[in-house]
Amino acid sequence: MLEALSAALALLAGLDSKLVEIVLLSLRVSLSAVAIAALFGLPLGAAIAVGRFPGRQTVIVFLNALMGLPPVVVGLLVYLLLSRAGPLGALGILFTPSAMVFAQSILILPIVAALSRQAIEDAWREYEEQLRSLGARRLNAALTLLWDTRFSLLTTILAGFGRAAAEVGAVMIVGGNIDGVTRVMTTTIALETSKGDLPLALGLGMILIAIVIAVNAAAYLTKELAQRRYG
Amino acid sequence: MSKGAILPLRLADVSFAAGGRTIIDRVSLEIETGPSTIILGANGAGKSVLMRLMHGLLSPSSGRIDWNSPERPGVPRKQAMVFQRPVMLRRSAYANVAYALKIAGIPEPQRGVLVHESLESVGLSHLGRRSARVLSGGEQQRLALARAWALHPEVLFLDEPTASLDPSATREIESVIKAFDAAGTKVVMATHNLGQARRLGDEILFIDKGRLVERAPVEQFFSKPQSAQAAAFIKGELPWT
Amino acid sequence: MIRRLLSVALLAAPPALAQEKFIVVASTTSTEQSGLFGYLLPVFQTKTGIQVRVVALGTGQALDLARRGDADVVFVHARSAEEKFLAEGHGVRRFDVMYNDFVLIGPKSDPAKISGGKDILEGLRKIKAANAPFVSRGDNSGTHIAELDLWKLAGIDVAKDKGSWYRDTGQGMGPALNTAGAMNAYILSDRGTWLSFKNRGELSIAVEGDRRLFNQYGIMLVSPLKHPNVKKDLGRAFVDWVISPEGQEAIAGYKIGGEQLFFPNAK
Repeated sequence: MLEALSAALALLAGLDSKLVEIVLLSLRVSLSAVAIAALFGLPLGAAIAVGRFPGRQTVIVFLNALMGLPPVVVGLLVYLLLSRAGPLGALGILFTPSAMVFAQSILILPIVAALSRQAIEDAWREYEEQLRSLGARRLNAALTLLWDTRFSLLTTILAGFGRAAAEVGAVMIVGGNIDGVTRVMTTTIALETSKGDLPLALGLGMILIAIVIAVNAAAYLTKELAQRRYG
Repeated sequence: MSKGAILPLRLADVSFAAGGRTIIDRVSLEIETGPSTIILGANGAGKSVLMRLMHGLLSPSSGRIDWNSPERPGVPRKQAMVFQRPVMLRRSAYANVAYALKIAGIPEPQRGVLVHESLESVGLSHLGRRSARVLSGGEQQRLALARAWALHPEVLFLDEPTASLDPSATREIESVIKAFDAAGTKVVMATHNLGQARRLGDEILFIDKGRLVERAPVEQFFSKPQSAQAAAFIKGELPWT
Repeated sequence: MIRRLLSVALLAAPPALAQEKFIVVASTTSTEQSGLFGYLLPVFQTKTGIQVRVVALGTGQALDLARRGDADVVFVHARSAEEKFLAEGHGVRRFDVMYNDFVLIGPKSDPAKISGGKDILEGLRKIKAANAPFVSRGDNSGTHIAELDLWKLAGIDVAKDKGSWYRDTGQGMGPALNTAGAMNAYILSDRGTWLSFKNRGELSIAVEGDRRLFNQYGIMLVSPLKHPNVKKDLGRAFVDWVISPEGQEAIAGYKIGGEQLFFPNAK
């Protein structure tokens, strides 16, 4: 175990090119996915937070439940969608990074929507009277709240990114773990471990943990600084 | 009474119930331009709910509330409200006032002047760039007044605006309110503070247990209260409801 | 057009990537893990400029993938399953490519007393008799199918006769070897994966060299008639190269620790 660890550190220190390629691809995929999830999820969360419509409570419960979607199930469903035999087969994006982005976007969209819904609804409770007094209507209020809760929302987005970067089930199935094309940190760790080849797996594992820690630290610091500066 | 003026406001037999309790009980009154109106009463008498009914934040369970010219969606409101605790957005003091103008549809180039005037009128010009939520309680409340004032509303509702403030901040707020009153805005303010009612009010509407019990010019109310409840309240003897 | 927009929108594939020549080959995890592709494919790509993207699954899954039209070429090692695939019309033609062999791996303690043996069927019978732990991949892969065929040849019906000594894990070759190492159990493995496997614990080769352990690989172009999206020209180029003298020589050139792993036998 110790020699595997030191071999791992050597790979990291030497910035092994394969390692760098894998890390960069992982970041590209998960960052793209979280960007898409935010694009759709934040407005969705805001709309549900300030909206009033029949079945609203059911929608909220459903959205919260979707946060727990198992990645491997998402992977399976997206595979069936993108397979040549499936409805979106003509897009031809199966086994490419685009498919991985697609799957991860679906995976973290509920997280972004549900958490932003919560944050914005809490803010709405505080602001509703004042905003209505000023004559703001729901659409305006939703946009105002989206900006006003921006620091909480940033934390939400970071949470989504963390989940995407750490998952293996979805990207394995829709990406195919193709060497040099769709191999990311998590799928490489799975592969190398199954081969009994630990140094690369350990090295990537350490990077992944470092990324997760960094993301959480960033979320914490954001909250702290925002509180101090803006109150 | 100019065209499009929203006053007078008429409440006809208005009641409001929530959670099985009657909070406002068949209140009828008329609010006219001119003298500042104080809605006076003990805690829990229903002042805040009455204010919110008038301002349109709540709908009555029964009865009617009619302005002289009705509010239309898309048209900037001619009434504003300042709450007991100011609610500020996570932006600068300047931006908070500008926000109110933006909602009202004032085009961007015109906002600057109006914001500066408002901040000036409450003595906050030097704090324009500061983050609104880190200002002191008194400063935030003054900012709330500036924001309410920026559109030069016809009616300014104030719901116990100094209840959370210390005496010196209270004095500052009161002087701003007096200035707005002098400038012609109709002031309608809820308070349970007798001294404040005397200092700022021209007429008193006394509310007890959700009912409008007495209405009189300020001096008359304090020297010769007509109802037993008013008398007891002035003497500080009114029991909690 | 939509595809271009999608890849730009998804920010993940720079437009240049969409123009690259590539094919998708469905193959098996054991072949990939042997390292053969890492050695072989760059040779092909340098020669033709075609990038070969290997999706490595179990044999059953690889063929199913191709049945859905998600691969251009299949390259697996389970003759009967491949013939069935052809008969269904999903493949154009099957070519022999190479063979490697399976080895029976066992623990140092050798509870079934078969170490050094040359008869695989005898070895399996002794394992059952001794109730020695045996790990099966149980995942419908070529190795798994081969294992089941060997039990049948040995006259043992594992579906009926399996006791607690027979562990059906549903895993790929590497994880199954990990499991066998942890349990000190016997396991059938392809030589390639075994040679690259680093986590051996107390395991070593117990039985090898029996002709019945030889594992034949076949390659097929997925039928463009049944699946119009198949890149038939690029796919054909790959199939032709693999069975050509040049491709066959490249296969023979792949060694682990000086040992040749795959023996080309295209006709």
